[in-house]
Amino acid sequence: MSLSLFLIQMLNGLQLGVLLFMLSAGLTLVFGIMNFVNLAHGSLYMMGAYFAAAAYARSDSFIIAALVGIIGSAALGFAIERIVAARLYARDHLDHVLATFGLILFFNELARTIWGASPYYMNVPQALSGTINLLGISYSAYRFAIIVVGLLVALGCYVLINKTRVGMLIRAGSSNPTIVAALGVNIKLLNAAIFALGAALAGVAGLMSGPILSVQPGMGEPILITAMIVIVIGGIGSVRGAFYSALIVGVIDTAGRAFLPMILREFLDRSTAQAAGPALASMLICIFMAAVLALKPQGLFPVKNQ
Amino acid sequence: MKLKLNNMVAVLGLAACSLTAQAQSVKIGFLGTLSGPAGALGQDQYDAFMLGVEHMGGKLGGATVQVIKEDDQLKPDLGVQMAQKLIEKDKVNIITGVTFSNVMMAVHKPITDAGVLLVGSNAGPTPLTGKGCSPMFFSTSWNNDSLHESMGQYANDAGYKKVYLLAPNYQAGKDAISGFKRFFKGQVLDEVYTQVNQPDYSAEIAQLQAAKPDAIYVFYPGGMGVNFVKQYQQAGLLGKVPLLSTSTVDGTTLPALKDIALGVVTGSPYSPDIDNPQNKKFVEDFKKKYNRSPSLYAAQSYDAAMLINAALVKTGGKADNKDALRAALKSAEFKSVAGPFKFNTNQFPIRNFYRVDVAKDASGQAAFVNKGVVLKDHADAYYKECAMK
Repeated sequence: MSLSLFLIQMLNGLQLGVLLFMLSAGLTLVFGIMNFVNLAHGSLYMMGAYFAAAAYARSDSFIIAALVGIIGSAALGFAIERIVAARLYARDHLDHVLATFGLILFFNELARTIWGASPYYMNVPQALSGTINLLGISYSAYRFAIIVVGLLVALGCYVLINKTRVGMLIRAGSSNPTIVAALGVNIKLLNAAIFALGAALAGVAGLMSGPILSVQPGMGEPILITAMIVIVIGGIGSVRGAFYSALIVGVIDTAGRAFLPMILREFLDRSTAQAAGPALASMLICIFMAAVLALKPQGLFPVKNQ
Repeated sequence: MKLKLNNMVAVLGLAACSLTAQAQSVKIGFLGTLSGPAGALGQDQYDAFMLGVEHMGGKLGGATVQVIKEDDQLKPDLGVQMAQKLIEKDKVNIITGVTFSNVMMAVHKPITDAGVLLVGSNAGPTPLTGKGCSPMFFSTSWNNDSLHESMGQYANDAGYKKVYLLAPNYQAGKDAISGFKRFFKGQVLDEVYTQVNQPDYSAEIAQLQAAKPDAIYVFYPGGMGVNFVKQYQQAGLLGKVPLLSTSTVDGTTLPALKDIALGVVTGSPYSPDIDNPQNKKFVEDFKKKYNRSPSLYAAQSYDAAMLINAALVKTGGKADNKDALRAALKSAEFKSVAGPFKFNTNQFPIRNFYRVDVAKDASGQAAFVNKGVVLKDHADAYYKECAMK
């Protein structure tokens, strides 16, 4: 097991981590500030991918595709907030789950109706289709681009939340939404803007994933589950927590899938190791979440003054 | 009083309707995976079956056919529910389709125990070929293992000594690896089972690159295949380490890959360019009606429609005598779009398996090109264990 293999797997883990961060940042904000469980977040990821793929097919420019993807999912997020979410804030979480689960089904069928049940074609842009040399290893240029974009997005979120007025309102809303409303802030607009921001982030995750993953109806659900695990581990409402826990989960999941079967083979016979390896690897992040919840129920980086 | 009279009239009316409906048509239930990431496979099966019915003028064997479609969503328990609904509520004579092996394992016994004929046109799990065989079950596809045996044979023919294997962690994935290993005589560097519907394979691709195989063999149906091939190509490996596969790059996933998949070698019982008159007609009409090229799943399902047609011709359009229909199906003389076809004693096909490459066709588009027969008139490895002779 060489150093270069280890480095590549760490980069893979980092790439998965930033993708998870972009997906979970919006989810945790909506859950933390509006106390709204948004299962349809995975659908926003999917629609971002579809918008970008369709735009890329027509315009042959990845920049245009990215813009369409981001603006499209932000607009979609805004619409969902105004039409569905705003009416349900006062209700029980179960009602949120019911409504947003319905949205999942709706968006999956919508994608199937417009673009068909088969996966939609989206390729990596020509400029990023090769490999680059990084610390002596050869890594896919596009995946490296995802890491760069993800880190830039994280930096942007940090600046937005910590250095701007809107960010101050978001942090205040995260700690105590009632007082924020009582202070005369247009809470309706703020909520819609937060939802749209989260949707835009999910859209970025979707459009960046499009070229390397299959763009098809239902593509949002598997990764949504992992995003929920990430926000539970990081602490609901905390974008900082989402960032760190996304990276941790990304690395654990990748390392588990890469190294666990190898490690198991040292202790067990080949066929048992081959059967147990993938099963354990897929359970690893859930076991980690259970451990975190047992030791720190609020999450690893919870929002203070909750 | 009036209400009761109304009710009675309604009930009698309904009963009369259902009686007359029974006498006029043959009811066929289509059970497949029509939604979710693998929905495209079931959709191909359904579309091809309906095309077959349309080619026969809406009648199979001269009897009007009513096809009732149900979606199992790749969930075995839902599959059983849908099968029971088709049998008990819709009273179908035949059930066809069944895309995935896990659903097939769940519905096989309930359907065959209820005395309903099951003509599977895709999933062919190994337990059903040997000891678990049933006289009520026919397959127009293959035993899962056979599909992979063909690629194991091809790996030998091509001279690959060290091969790395990957498949998803469920019954068909395990069958894939064991089928390949049965015929492959070289060294298997590693067998990796990934999570079903896992989107990202970067970790596994990095591992296999480090192992330096002569070739890799994968089985990733549906969206998993699109993901894997895309990522394999982006890692720069597609030109360097040959990618052998079955059901990974097929008619349902090639449109999402296009040129990305050029150079992939697949093993398949079918290729759209197979040269016989029924296949030419099938491919042309399928393209015209559904705006896409038919996959092997479509071909198998079309064959199922033709098989049922041939059997109903023999029974004179009647489906109520199950034994007569069974015998007619078993002997069924129909022309398969995929080449020579006949049933083995376990009612699985004896057929050719071809090497089908992804290459540019005459119009410069990425398409499937038949490169010759790898296994001729191939029977599955388990038919001797079946009690039927």
